[in-house]
Amino acid sequence: MVTSILPLRIHAAEVKRRGTRLIGPIDLTLGGTGITIVLGPNGSGKTTLLRLLHGLERPAHGGLDWSIPEEEARGRRSFVFQTPTMMRRSVTDCIAYALRVAGTKRAEARARAREMASQVGLGHALDRSAQVLSGGEKQKLALARALIREPEVLFLDEPCANLDGRATREIETILTDAKSRGTRIVMSTHDLGQAARLADEIVFMLNGCVRELNVAGTFFETPATPEAHAFLNGQIVE
Amino acid sequence: MNEILEGLVEAAKLIAAFDPELVEITLRSLQVTITAVVIAAAIGLPLGAWLAVMRFRSRRLVIAILNALMGLPPVVVGLIVYVLLSRSGPFGVLGLLFTPTAMIIAQVIIVTPLIASIAHQAIRDLWSEYHDLLISLNTTKRQRVATLLWDARRALLTACLAGFGRGIGEVGAIMIVGGNIDNATRVLTTAIALETGKGNFALALGLGFVLIALAIAVNLLMHSLSRTERSGTW
Ligand SMILES: Nc1ncnc2c1ncn2[C@@H]1O[C@H](COP(=O)(O)OP(=O)(O)O)[C@@H](O)[C@H]1O
Ligand SMILES: [Mg+2]
Repeated sequence: MVTSILPLRIHAAEVKRRGTRLIGPIDLTLGGTGITIVLGPNGSGKTTLLRLLHGLERPAHGGLDWSIPEEEARGRRSFVFQTPTMMRRSVTDCIAYALRVAGTKRAEARARAREMASQVGLGHALDRSAQVLSGGEKQKLALARALIREPEVLFLDEPCANLDGRATREIETILTDAKSRGTRIVMSTHDLGQAARLADEIVFMLNGCVRELNVAGTFFETPATPEAHAFLNGQIVE
Repeated sequence: MNEILEGLVEAAKLIAAFDPELVEITLRSLQVTITAVVIAAAIGLPLGAWLAVMRFRSRRLVIAILNALMGLPPVVVGLIVYVLLSRSGPFGVLGLLFTPTAMIIAQVIIVTPLIASIAHQAIRDLWSEYHDLLISLNTTKRQRVATLLWDARRALLTACLAGFGRGIGEVGAIMIVGGNIDNATRVLTTAIALETGKGNFALALGLGFVLIALAIAVNLLMHSLSRTERSGTW
C-alpha cells in the first residue's frame, strides 16, 4: 500500500500578483474521498485556488503541505484546465504524451492511450488531430490525458463551462466513475445543478477567500453564511 | 529585355545539354549550402527553443544580438573567416582557406542567427500556448524543449528553408573564403559574378535562372515531404 498524498493542508496561503492579493489568506484541509466542488461568483478566485493547490501558483505567504514531500506528490495529481491545450498531435499521441513524459515506453503509452480514449468516448477519433475536435471532445481528451496517469487527486477548472447538456452529462459520468475508483476530485463550477449532482463537499469562495466549507447536503439546504444563501438564490453577492 | 530572353534560352541550353561544368558547380552549391543549413539547424533550432523556454537575466540581450546578427553583411563574415583561416591567422595551420569547408563555415555563421531567430519566435508562441499544460504535467526542461521543437516542426522547416534561401544565394562570403577556384570552390553564385564581370550576360543570367529553379525545387521537395506525414489538419 502506497502512502496517500492526502490530506493536503493549506495554511494562511496567499497568492499575489504584482503586489496585489488575488486570493487568501486560505486555511483549508483536503482529505478523505469524494468530490469537492469549489463554488463562487466570477472573479472570486476559484481558478487561482485550484492552481495554487496543484502547484501552478506559488504562495506569497503561508504554504501548503501534502502528506508526503512535494517532489513525490507532484506526479500523483493531475489538472484539467478550463480551456484545454490541444497539442499539435493526434488524439492518441496527445493522451500518450502524459505517460511518455513520465517515462513510459512509446508502444505501451500508445496502447494505454487508445484504451483510455475509448473509455472516455473518443474511440472513433484516435488518429484525428486534436486540433479539430469539438469542444466536448477536447474536454474529454483533456480528461483522458489527466486520468491516464492514474492520479490520486484530480483538479478540474470548470470542465463543462462551454459544453451543452449531453456533453456535460458525459463528462459527469466519467468523473463519477473516477470517483468510484477512488480518485479524489476537486473541481470548480458555476453550474449549481452540476454542483448538486456531483458534490460531496462544497468550498464556497468569495472575494478570494473561502467563505464557507460544508458538506454538500447541508450547504444546499441550510448554508451557514448569508452570502452563500444569497448566492444559492441567484442573487449577486460580493 | 532581350538579355533576359537570351538568358532563359541559355539556361535551357545548359540544362538540356546537362553541361558537366554546370552540374559540378550546381552540386557544389547544394553541398555547401545544405551542409551549412544542417549544421546551422543543429545549433539554431535548440538555441531558439532554449531562448524561448529559459528565463535568465541576459536573455533579452542574447535575443537582441541574435536579431542583429541576422542582418550581418556576408562580406564582413567572409572577411572575418578569411582572417581567421589565413595562413597567419589562428586557424591557419588547418589549411582550410579556399576550400568548400571554409565556405561552409562562413555560411553556418550567416545562416545560424536567421534559423535561431525564426525558431525562437515560432517556439515562443507555441510555448505561451503549451506553458500551463507542460508545467502541470511536471515535465523537465529538456522534455519541454524537445516537445516544442517537435510540435513546431512545420514552422522550423520554414526557418530552415529561409536559411537555405539565404545560403544558396549568398556570394559575398564564399567568394572571399572560397576564392571561386575552378573545379574546387566555384559555385553558382560565384560563377554568375565571374561571368557578369567578363560581360557574358546571357551565360550569367542562364546560371541565375538555374539558381532560381534550384531554390524553388528544394522548397517544393521539402514541402511535399512534410505533407506526406500530415493526413489531418495540424
Ligand atoms: N494573471 C492575473 N493577473 C492579474 N489578476 C489576475 C490574474 N488572474 C486572475 N486575476 C484576478 O484574480 C481574481 C480571481 O480570479 P480567478 O481565480 O480567475 O476567479 P474565478 O475563477 O473564480 O473566476 C480576479 O479578480 C482576477 O481578475
Ligand atoms: Mg475561473
